[in-house]
Amino acid sequence: MKIHLKIWRQKDVLAEGQLVDYDLDEVDQHMSFLEMMDTLNEQLILKGEFPVEFDHDCREGICGACGMMINGQAHGPVAGLTACQLHMREFEDGATIYVEPFRARAFPVKRDLKIDRSAFDRIIRSGGFISANTGQPAEANTLLITHEDAESAFDSAACIGCGACVATCKNSSAALFTSAKISHLAKMPQGKKEAAKRVLTMVARMDAEGFGHCSNTEACEVKCPQGISVLNIARMNWEHTKAALLKD
Amino acid sequence: MELDAKIPEGPLEDKWSFYKAHAKLVNPANRKKLPVIVIGTGLSGASAAASLAEQGYPVQSFCFQDSARRAHSVAAQGGVNAAKNYQNDGDSVFRMFYDTLKGGDFRAREANVYRLAECSLSLIDQAVAQGVPFAREYGGYLSNRSFGGVQVSRTFYARGQTGQQLLLGAYQSLMRQVELGKVALYARHEMLDLVLIDGKAKGIIARNLDTGNIERYAAEAVVIATGGFGKIYYLSTLAMGCNGSAIWRAHKKGALMACPSWTQIHPTCLPQAGDYQSKLTLMSESLRNDGRIWVPKLADEKRAANDIPEEERDYYLERRYPSFGNLAPRDISSRAAKERIDAGFGVGAKQNAVYLDFSRAIKEQGMEKVKEKYGNLFSMYKKITADDAYAAPMKISPAAHFSMGGLWVDYELMTTIPGLFAVGEANFADHGANRLGANSLLQACVDGYFILPYTIANYLAGELKGEKATVNHPQFEIAEKQVNEQLNRLLAIRGTKTADHFHKELGKMLYDKCGLSRSAGGLNAAITGIQQLRKDFYTQLIVPGTAGEINAELEKAGRVADYLEIAELMCHDALSREESCGAHFREEYQTAEGEALRNDEEFCYVSAWEWTGADQPPVLHPEPLVFEFINLSVRSYT
Repeated sequence: MKIHLKIWRQKDVLAEGQLVDYDLDEVDQHMSFLEMMDTLNEQLILKGEFPVEFDHDCREGICGACGMMINGQAHGPVAGLTACQLHMREFEDGATIYVEPFRARAFPVKRDLKIDRSAFDRIIRSGGFISANTGQPAEANTLLITHEDAESAFDSAACIGCGACVATCKNSSAALFTSAKISHLAKMPQGKKEAAKRVLTMVARMDAEGFGHCSNTEACEVKCPQGISVLNIARMNWEHTKAALLKD
Repeated sequence: MELDAKIPEGPLEDKWSFYKAHAKLVNPANRKKLPVIVIGTGLSGASAAASLAEQGYPVQSFCFQDSARRAHSVAAQGGVNAAKNYQNDGDSVFRMFYDTLKGGDFRAREANVYRLAECSLSLIDQAVAQGVPFAREYGGYLSNRSFGGVQVSRTFYARGQTGQQLLLGAYQSLMRQVELGKVALYARHEMLDLVLIDGKAKGIIARNLDTGNIERYAAEAVVIATGGFGKIYYLSTLAMGCNGSAIWRAHKKGALMACPSWTQIHPTCLPQAGDYQSKLTLMSESLRNDGRIWVPKLADEKRAANDIPEEERDYYLERRYPSFGNLAPRDISSRAAKERIDAGFGVGAKQNAVYLDFSRAIKEQGMEKVKEKYGNLFSMYKKITADDAYAAPMKISPAAHFSMGGLWVDYELMTTIPGLFAVGEANFADHGANRLGANSLLQACVDGYFILPYTIANYLAGELKGEKATVNHPQFEIAEKQVNEQLNRLLAIRGTKTADHFHKELGKMLYDKCGLSRSAGGLNAAITGIQQLRKDFYTQLIVPGTAGEINAELEKAGRVADYLEIAELMCHDALSREESCGAHFREEYQTAEGEALRNDEEFCYVSAWEWTGADQPPVLHPEPLVFEFINLSVRSYT
């Protein structure tokens, strides 16, 4: 199949970017989207041009490195996928595809489609953990957690930190990402001891990083490749209110 | 060179306790004077960095990814083993030790393997405390499942994302230490050389991948935790960025490499569909708990799987290995699949796959139960192939997966360079010639959380006195110059072929000649071929751009340059070992039934290799394996 690409090119964080046109004539419909990008880059290099920089690593949807806006949607048109799992069979022969980086004030563009998501790491640093030093813990089965609670905690913990939620949100809010970690840890007994402190510091850090507020459009859940539920945001708000009220 | 594994005296079950009781300590006030560098933030690196920082050592942690959370441990699906015996089914530390040693075809050290099984108990406690949401029974107790090569249920799991959840636990512990100022984390940094001062590891040269700057970092010990180099085959289950460069740069500075050719080819991966393909996705081994593997009895079968009647299906694992059946170990399962595919019974468009069939499990347990157990794997399969595995069998194929080989380390996880440690998949230690499923997460965690923190102190205690390393030392100057020269060399070629082109060529050659089966003729041909490819690489490579900017192609080229040298060592390693053991299958050494034929009289040793210079043959230093507590037996799963 043939495709026409309009890809965002930007030399560095300070440069002005623009959409550049590329044509690919021999795209196999079984290629993944990133393999299509590899094919383009191979051609660019051999022509003496600089290839398109993009984040990617595991190529099986779990590392969270890849992420780009494909035709205006984070990770492309299919729900529940990362860009690396999207295949070209989802596009029509002759299609024009717009490829842009995830855009948010808190995610500066480093080059082309590559972005800086270190703000997510700083949110986790601020409290997204249980303070358990190596060697301290007691025998695992002394802590009983029902099947349902463990499964529910897992649902929240499954976030891969790709940033699609932020890129999709009209306010560039990181509420889904932050709330997923807060909920994962708050749902488990071992995480409850620090729950109040955690939610206060993580929400404060999220705000300080320049993410917008959540206005409950729920678009983030629709585009989350892991299907993280917006109910996590409701839990975060509840935990935050509770912690703020009981703080003193 | 005499290799000393430094195995403590005494009964097997007391060795580690004895070591811990007698190892030197560093008093808490002195630890802040002893900085440590950790390369890699996967399970072994993150757990080591966090645990060392908790003790008070200043840690500098490096990863090439944009976040520590993305290291490839994240992709491990199935689970982590521990001898908790929660299922009351006869498990014990000794049983786990024996299974692991036997699984590795008796080519690992007894003392190391026993320690791995012993420390597995604490790991589950640690992970639970961190909030890892392991699968639970309805009453709240931890749940287990079975994995290949064993007859008990000792695998703990978090759906099909156990690696992700364990890694997030370690990552969160690491980030906690970053926030406390105990760890300086350098993401998007790649180690390009190791710096030795007076023969000891005292620092690294790293490239900042966002700016291109070459930077120097000094410390009193360096820990390499960069995982395996299975990506050398190009098509593999590994992430695109996984590489052998840190290991290799250390090797060229004097650290021996052990058994580098021992690569696990995983039996349950998605087959290659086209030449554009960049990776082969793994489907968890846990699928073999309920999935049955078969090929048609008729060669060149054209009918769809569901149209082939039961009596015309060859369940070849159940046929050849009745007591383990579909849960035969990985090396045996992969080889059996290759045997059927090569004989013309392969299925799929390229006839390069076998069926993994769930119809009986669905009939017996119901669709809902199968969905609950494997739903995410089935949906992953559908995402990639567009096929519904509930309706027709999956098509699977073997793919390069795990490096049993790596930097040679002693019982203390120290390489042959004083002060240079290697943990996790980066070292050769516990898995012998074949790793059992769900032991890789275990080894990475155990090395980082429970072993290194003791053994590194034993070394660092000796570094308290004397001058501390600084980046102004002339050795940093020399190493930095060499790094710049290599980068400029790659950029200056300006040829006509990309790094990926050479990587794919190398991968094909290596998979063919030094993959699932090897022969003297093939390996000799591969060595010549690799040498030629390396010459072509340095005359025909094209790398765009400069070293002073974000440049993924330059990163790739540097890694491929190292792969082109590692590959040759792998072939020498495979050639010198004139026996078959575990994943190392030499066609010349097999039984009449086609099983691996070990030669304990001549090859019961670890092959440790010394670098002797570019284009010079490597030198072998065998470390004999001594078995005091078990008898070597023929590894039978029939």
